[in-house]
Amino acid sequence: MTVDSMYQEIILDHYKHPHHRGLREPYEVEVRHLNPTCGDEITLRVHVEGSAEEGWRVADVSYASEGCSISQASASVMADLVIGKDIDAATAVYEDFLTLMQSKGQAEPDEDVLEDAIAFVGVSRYPARVKCALLAWMAWRDATTQATEGSPT
Amino acid sequence: MTYDVARIRKDFPILDREVRPGVPLVYLDNAATSQKPHAVLDAMRDYYEQSNANVHRGIHTLAEEATALYEGARDKVARFINAPDPREVIFTKNSSEALNLLAHTLPFGPGDEIVVTEMEHHSNLVPWQLACARTGATLRWVGLTDEGRLNLADLDRVITARTKVVAFVHQSNLLGTVNPVDVVAAKARSVGAYVVLDASQSVPHMGIDVQALDVDAVAFTGHKMCGPTGIGVLWGRFDLLDELPPFLGGGEMIDEVTMAGSTWAQLPHKYEAGTPPIAEAVGLGAAVDYLTELGMPAIRAHEHDLTVYALERLQDVEGLRIIGPTTADDRGGAISFALAGIHPHDVGQLLDEVGVAVRVGHHCARPACLRYGVPATTRASVHLYSSRTDIDALVEGLTHVRAFFSS
Ligand SMILES: Cc1ncc(COP(=O)(O)O)c(C=O)c1O
Repeated sequence: MTVDSMYQEIILDHYKHPHHRGLREPYEVEVRHLNPTCGDEITLRVHVEGSAEEGWRVADVSYASEGCSISQASASVMADLVIGKDIDAATAVYEDFLTLMQSKGQAEPDEDVLEDAIAFVGVSRYPARVKCALLAWMAWRDATTQATEGSPT
Repeated sequence: MTYDVARIRKDFPILDREVRPGVPLVYLDNAATSQKPHAVLDAMRDYYEQSNANVHRGIHTLAEEATALYEGARDKVARFINAPDPREVIFTKNSSEALNLLAHTLPFGPGDEIVVTEMEHHSNLVPWQLACARTGATLRWVGLTDEGRLNLADLDRVITARTKVVAFVHQSNLLGTVNPVDVVAAKARSVGAYVVLDASQSVPHMGIDVQALDVDAVAFTGHKMCGPTGIGVLWGRFDLLDELPPFLGGGEMIDEVTMAGSTWAQLPHKYEAGTPPIAEAVGLGAAVDYLTELGMPAIRAHEHDLTVYALERLQDVEGLRIIGPTTADDRGGAISFALAGIHPHDVGQLLDEVGVAVRVGHHCARPACLRYGVPATTRASVHLYSSRTDIDALVEGLTHVRAFFSS
């Protein structure tokens, strides 16, 4: 086991060239999440379309973040995965990613669902880094819940 | 006798281990906690194997031995810090508990001010924030200079007739800075404020003399000074501790108890409710013996040498910026730094790959990190058993980190 399997090429690519970065309009909810122990932080906005009756769609996710390569790459991969999906589908991906990160390196993730996020399987072996990988996802989940439950139907 | 690091390292079994096959441990996280010598481990084991009993309440042989060992540890600690009276030495769980004890018992209220500094460990900041919220007192702080030192020009502005307590760190765990206790204490004295010193990082690396320092109370923690976890020390002037109210209630801390009320035991027992950390006290006593035998001046000189060497070598690493004083004057061997374009987490992870253990994060001193515009730092910190080889491994590791992220 070496860190090379944590710092996969895919992760380093997303870290060096993050997707969907920067805070954009329009948005319904903005959240700020921190990793208190290491100082990683993210400000994340979600823009949703739809209603409780017809269902919601993730129209956009934008973010500004500071932190280690794992937390930065994870935000980029997350935005790729959820933008344009129905909330239910995006939430299913979120749950798969959570399971992957709890797997201690044992999971065999489904590339069709998780796409680039499968590269994080190595990170799940390092308990101290799991929360870095989850930071953006937790922020997205929080913002999306607020946007869909908090807004009038 | 010269200071023989190779021989000293043999006293610390953990320093022999490999982090993974073929990768020896290079331990540079000493500001977080120190490693333990055989002498400490043996003393605790002997205690449990030979003398284990509860203290202060029993007339059988083991109880008497355990009490003698526990109180003997108090005497050793008292001598180590030159306390005039061992009853001034209170055993706590750690520094944090000692500081919370003071924040709960020192007298202040609405309109009064508590002064700390911007370089405090959260343990010497949050208890005072809580105390202010509880009592209506106001928290103020002394700022820092760009070089990582206290802004002494702030003292006259911040410490005023309203100041009731000035609580500050002797040696910063984040910046390494050693603060001029005499200057701050003199200012505090001039307005009649109590002076509290967080000596968590100074006692292990240079020792202190509580009679020479003009302070009222001092906190430090066993695990950073080659002792076990689970024990810390509050030292306070006898007259002060004697008049302050109790902190935690329970067994051992009482004199007379009725259903209607209680009276308090004499010092030090008034502040030691419940069964104390006996084996830990024995271990701390052994640690103090160990440090005393090496000699605090010799330990300090060795670490100073290493700090000079480390600062010099680190500043040769491209893109590396030291957060804190860049020279070894009035400075200890905890060295925080930022590596351009690479987050401390990634630095720490890749250093671990080559066996080098450092700390990354805000080191429980987030306000100071914010002051220097960094969310986190990488920190390497030495102890009495550290060597130049450790520093060389760090510098080599950092070259590896830079190469990894520049590819
Ligand atoms: C300066 C300083 N103060 C207080 C503490 C708290 O020590 P403990 O965690 O043992 O209570 C530490 C150690 O982390 C420290 O470095």
